[in-house]
Amino acid sequence: MVGIITYGVYIPRFRIKVEEIARVWGANPDDIRGGLGVLSKSVPDLDEDTATIAVEAARNSLRRRAIDPVDIGAVYVGSESHPYAVKPTACTVGEAIGATPTMTAADYEFACKAGTAAIQTCMGLVASDMVKYGLAIGSDVAQGAPSDALEYTAAAGGAAYILGKSDPIAEIHKTCSFTTDTPDFWRREGQSYPRHGGRFTGDPGYFRHIEGSVRLLFNETGKNPKDYTYAVFHQPNAKFPQRIAKMLGFSQDQIKPGLVVPRLGNTYSGSSMIGLAATLDCAKAGDRIFVASFGSGAGSDAFDIEVTDAIESGDFRRDAAPSVEKLLENPIYVDYAQYARHKGKIVMQK
Amino acid sequence: MSSVARFWRKIPQRYNLIGTRCSTCGRHFFPPRTFCPDCRRAGKIVDHKFAGTGTVVTYTVIRTASEQFEQMTPYVLAIVQLDEGPRFTAQLVCTPEEVTFGMRVRPVFRRIAADGESGVIHYGTKFVPAD
Amino acid sequence: MRDVAVIGVGCTTFGEKWNTSFRDLFVQAGALALEDAGIQGEALGAMYVGNMSAGRFIEQEHIGALIADYAGLATTHIPSTRVEAACASGGLSFRQAFISVASGIEDIVVAAGVEKMTDVASGASVEALAGAADREWEGFVGATFPGLYAMIANDYMNRYPLTREQLAQVAVKNHYNGARNPIAQFQQEITLETVLRSTLVADPLRLFDCSPITDGAAAVVLAPLEMAKKFTDTPVKILASSQASDTIALHDRRDISTLDASVAAGRRAFSMSGLSPKDIDLVEVHDCFTIAEICAIEDLGFCKKGEAGRLTGEGVTALHGDLPVNTSGGLKACGHPVGATGIKQVCEVVMQLRGEAGKRQIDGARIGMTHNVGGTGATVAVHILGV
Repeated sequence: MVGIITYGVYIPRFRIKVEEIARVWGANPDDIRGGLGVLSKSVPDLDEDTATIAVEAARNSLRRRAIDPVDIGAVYVGSESHPYAVKPTACTVGEAIGATPTMTAADYEFACKAGTAAIQTCMGLVASDMVKYGLAIGSDVAQGAPSDALEYTAAAGGAAYILGKSDPIAEIHKTCSFTTDTPDFWRREGQSYPRHGGRFTGDPGYFRHIEGSVRLLFNETGKNPKDYTYAVFHQPNAKFPQRIAKMLGFSQDQIKPGLVVPRLGNTYSGSSMIGLAATLDCAKAGDRIFVASFGSGAGSDAFDIEVTDAIESGDFRRDAAPSVEKLLENPIYVDYAQYARHKGKIVMQK
Repeated sequence: MSSVARFWRKIPQRYNLIGTRCSTCGRHFFPPRTFCPDCRRAGKIVDHKFAGTGTVVTYTVIRTASEQFEQMTPYVLAIVQLDEGPRFTAQLVCTPEEVTFGMRVRPVFRRIAADGESGVIHYGTKFVPAD
Repeated sequence: MRDVAVIGVGCTTFGEKWNTSFRDLFVQAGALALEDAGIQGEALGAMYVGNMSAGRFIEQEHIGALIADYAGLATTHIPSTRVEAACASGGLSFRQAFISVASGIEDIVVAAGVEKMTDVASGASVEALAGAADREWEGFVGATFPGLYAMIANDYMNRYPLTREQLAQVAVKNHYNGARNPIAQFQQEITLETVLRSTLVADPLRLFDCSPITDGAAAVVLAPLEMAKKFTDTPVKILASSQASDTIALHDRRDISTLDASVAAGRRAFSMSGLSPKDIDLVEVHDCFTIAEICAIEDLGFCKKGEAGRLTGEGVTALHGDLPVNTSGGLKACGHPVGATGIKQVCEVVMQLRGEAGKRQIDGARIGMTHNVGGTGATVAVHILGV
């Protein structure tokens, strides 16, 4: 049975508070905080980008379990902020973990659900015995245009999952996807910042597609919300996942461990993957986890996951890498000017 | 414009701290040497992957940098001694106030510099205080 | 092996010389040196030119030929050689010239040094100078030249008693001397405050701990001692010439605060001349940064490790102290046109020994020493001269 062999997360140390961004644009901080349910978001260091975050997350996953990197036969990195438009982040990651040259690799883009698409691909390669292990990463240094609503939540972070068949800590029983051509969130080639459809991103976007993938998965598995210990949804803010949980019949307690957005912000391709990691950080053998990602208006990948005994075995050392909670501790707060410098938002003379 | 080949050739060193060891006398080298200064032609050189943990020997805070690093100042530069013995120069990711002589450090993967706006990005290893 | 003497010296003024090109600089210095020696260019048997980086500064290589040509000596087809060892290019040029005369292969030889640094923006200058260090393993990770010496300073101050004021005093003293040297880039005296309040460049080094970017050239004429009396009443004999190398990267040194190449070159020079530090009346050391002067005084054997700060603070190394160091103003105040510095140091010692140093004259000076360093200590050239 294909499943998660090990996982790792990386979140940069810097944060900016929602009220600080509101201060600069003359918005009411209480309204923003209340409306989004987000207090702060992570900010990359001057020398961090999607590739460095992906490498740290991958290295963290390898710290938890003794895998020979040479056996990783595939590396896929999903992001909407790859450092190069042409030259894959996956190759840099492969080199930095010692998996090259005997591997296949590519970069994925599907806004916030590129990482879960990578998980699905690795599942297929592993299940068909084409590779022994596949590495799927969702990593972003998300961009939000100055003064746009997205600026309050666009954050930096990434999660890495190694998929395989030998003794997974969590089995992925099934995955289903719901995909259409719906333009709720896009960025044209050459543009610095993404654009979005405003309120259109709600019902026709997020809610329709997640509901779509969830219903498909429930139909295929015959399961319902009560069968799950935990659920993780894509988290552009705190309100959407709380609302979809209610709509679908999940409780707020079920989504609690995986709801990382209030302090972290929306790490785009990292969003549901970091939420899943936070859940795995406290999960026990036998727990059942439901995951539904969402990206670009247009797609949602749902997963039915069951934690195994291996998570408590000696082979997997959860404490060998920092938990999501640990990575969220001791943040370094910056003001808007420092934030703009870190995110490259200040126009420099070329 | 920096050399594509020159950077590429050193990727194993910059990303993964792959150095060398003289199996004749046991001395470790990072950056790698293909010729042991002690054993000279009698030395048999093999690859060695360093764990990356080490100690700060000396340091400074760079406030005026060359063009490539201008946007990063102020940054901490140090000579780090790896546990296996060799010393080399690297940036530390920490505030100037945090550095002390003899501080323990561990490696992290960071962006070192880029060849302008359209050239290759140089990734490599920096160090953070090890708790 | 025969004895060699310096029979003529010449230096341009040092500074930001917008109207003077690289070729002009050399020609000026060369002409002054030949004038001083009282010889014609046709008498020259060979030329050695120290230059670190004309390729990066003015996109010109093949300096030996260029210099010979513009010195009007292409017609004599004079052998002309460029010598490079970063900031020690001048010192090595002098040594090569010495060897060619001492060996009997040449008779009258010019040893020169020249650097034109201001034709590029200061950022590009800093980049070019970084080539003196290890480009692959120091420059690549963001080490700057001041940064490397700053790490030496921090290591030194962590282990030996050197106060920030004593370190700053090196610059104050050198500016005092420079104000008495007509060719020096900086003609103003400064105070401790000036140094301690100047901008931090790489902690703990501040702007006034660092030598400047300078244009300049210097040249000297060498001849066999037995022939020298034909040209001058005051030939200055070269008593010792030595050179040493060490690892290029600071992190590979045996001891970060000791330039072993200085120690080796110093010992070799004393051994060759049969002299010891107490015989030296004045010394020009390589103060690219204030800390470099502190280390140099100790590395050459003038005092024990850890004592140079105290000596500086007590005025022992001041102009009229027991051991005047850098009467020319050093690199700090006289300026540091990289390839020229090693030759300028020789010019200063020669003028002092001849009694021609004007307001900075050390009375009764008979034996002087020069110390020229490349990079953070990967090359060192030491010379001793005497009358």
